[in-house]
Amino acid sequence: MYKDLNLEIDIGGVKLKNPVMTASGTFGAGKEYSEFIDLNQLGAVVVKGIATNPWIGNPPPRIAETYGGMLNAIGLQNLGVEHFINEDIPYLRKYDTKIVVNVIGKTMKEYCEVVERLSDQDVDLIELNISCPNIKEGGVNFGTNCNSVEDVTREVKKYAKQPVIVKLSPNVTDIVEIAKAAESGGADALSLINTITGMVIDINKRKPILANITGGLSGPAIKPIGVRMVYEVHKKVKLPIVGMGGIMNGDDAIEYILAGATGVAVGTANFVNPRATIDVLEGIVNYCNKYGIKDLSEIRGIV
Amino acid sequence: MCNDNKRAKLESYILENGEISPGIFKMVVASNRMESIAKAGQFVNLYCREGSRLLPRPISICEIDKENNTLTFVYGVVGKGTEEFSKIKAGEYIELLGPLGNGYNIDEEIDEHIIVGGGLGVPPLLELIKHLKGRKKVYLGFRSDSYLIEDFEKHGVQVLIATDDGSEGIKGTVLDLLKKDKARGKMVYACGPKPMLKAVADWAKDEKILAQLSLEERMGCGIGTCVGCVVRIKDGDTWDYKKVCVDGPVFFSEEVVWDV
Repeated sequence: MYKDLNLEIDIGGVKLKNPVMTASGTFGAGKEYSEFIDLNQLGAVVVKGIATNPWIGNPPPRIAETYGGMLNAIGLQNLGVEHFINEDIPYLRKYDTKIVVNVIGKTMKEYCEVVERLSDQDVDLIELNISCPNIKEGGVNFGTNCNSVEDVTREVKKYAKQPVIVKLSPNVTDIVEIAKAAESGGADALSLINTITGMVIDINKRKPILANITGGLSGPAIKPIGVRMVYEVHKKVKLPIVGMGGIMNGDDAIEYILAGATGVAVGTANFVNPRATIDVLEGIVNYCNKYGIKDLSEIRGIV
Repeated sequence: MCNDNKRAKLESYILENGEISPGIFKMVVASNRMESIAKAGQFVNLYCREGSRLLPRPISICEIDKENNTLTFVYGVVGKGTEEFSKIKAGEYIELLGPLGNGYNIDEEIDEHIIVGGGLGVPPLLELIKHLKGRKKVYLGFRSDSYLIEDFEKHGVQVLIATDDGSEGIKGTVLDLLKKDKARGKMVYACGPKPMLKAVADWAKDEKILAQLSLEERMGCGIGTCVGCVVRIKDGDTWDYKKVCVDGPVFFSEEVVWDV
């Protein structure tokens, strides 16, 4: 199927066999989806956010469907970095795919501790999550201010042995300024976008559906925002971009690549169809075959 | 699309889909061998066709027919997704993924069973009673109109009914029914709204009877990855959020830490 087609991409010096990745928080650490797809086919598995210690997460309800999208307020429930090292790395290493660890923290120190703990571990890339809208401390609080984006990126880079992708929040006035701040801090690549803060009210109960009141909006509803932000950042920043937000199929992924994305991550679509990542990959291949594209660099950022 | 021996959503042929009580529908599907591994208390993800409705609707399995290779779902129209399902005609197809979750724990040694259902929690208990050996009695609570009663009675079990408005059975809750009947047995199996489950759990505790409860929470993926559908489950001296979709939906009542 991939004859004469080079899908390989480079993120901070790490070669991925194809641009299809998973969006953090929608794919666990891959185990559940291995029942549905061959993980060997993915460019990379981006695992759910990992902190120094286990986090309990937010009270339920944590999920609310919206028109063409969904809100989540999971609150980064996770079992901590030691569990990840002992259980998830050995599991994922059985597959021929890259491991990207989404790193979360409440403080600068916590981000650095996770990254340092992972520095001698067999993982390929770090994704610095400074954009989760569902926690009270850390997360998006780091990601919406240029100074803190630059500071946390620079600090984490001191401890990181793997290249660092900084995952940006769309909940900002100017995404380009934030992207530049991450670049100044020494980011090797950027992921965008994380979810957009939203809210749904149950009109019968007259209260928010989510216990957290607000949550992060994802899914097809946010795709135009993601594409626009990738487009803007690609024009001004040299770093490779992992584009995400509402990618449901190959055409959506191509849109992000045309806007300038090097890699693409599939998130909410995994909940709609557990085989979505493979469908996206096949869709990219079909598009390339249709237009005689031999390498995605031919179309990357040409819009 | 599935060509590598992996699980996938399956297009399933709908043999029957119609209203059996106001707002309550029964759908029978040719279940593509799902029935061969399905157990009482498990659920199936039903997917909407309308693209603006992304998330699967987790619907409990009402009946498993291994001879005719079908699954039956009895569901209430509670939102746009289930409204869409209610309009699908026999002869059309629906995308399904399942069976999902863990069913009820069936211990062959136990010979006296108390089955308690409320509202939309009634359907999965119908499959359950077929697998319970010994003495069994069914206690069902409804707002007004009951449904599936004859289907239960077909299996030779006694069914007692409570309705909020007293239109059928006693006027009151299923708890009133349990108390009035001085229900006795060695295991309780319950499915229904959270306040009912809490009340059943409290009652079972007082009566020193073990209880299995099928819990519900707003669900995302149904396969354990989104970590949306959590409930508080005891973990030593403390508790942890466990997932209804893969750790449940059935939990023993003594494990559950209530938030109602």
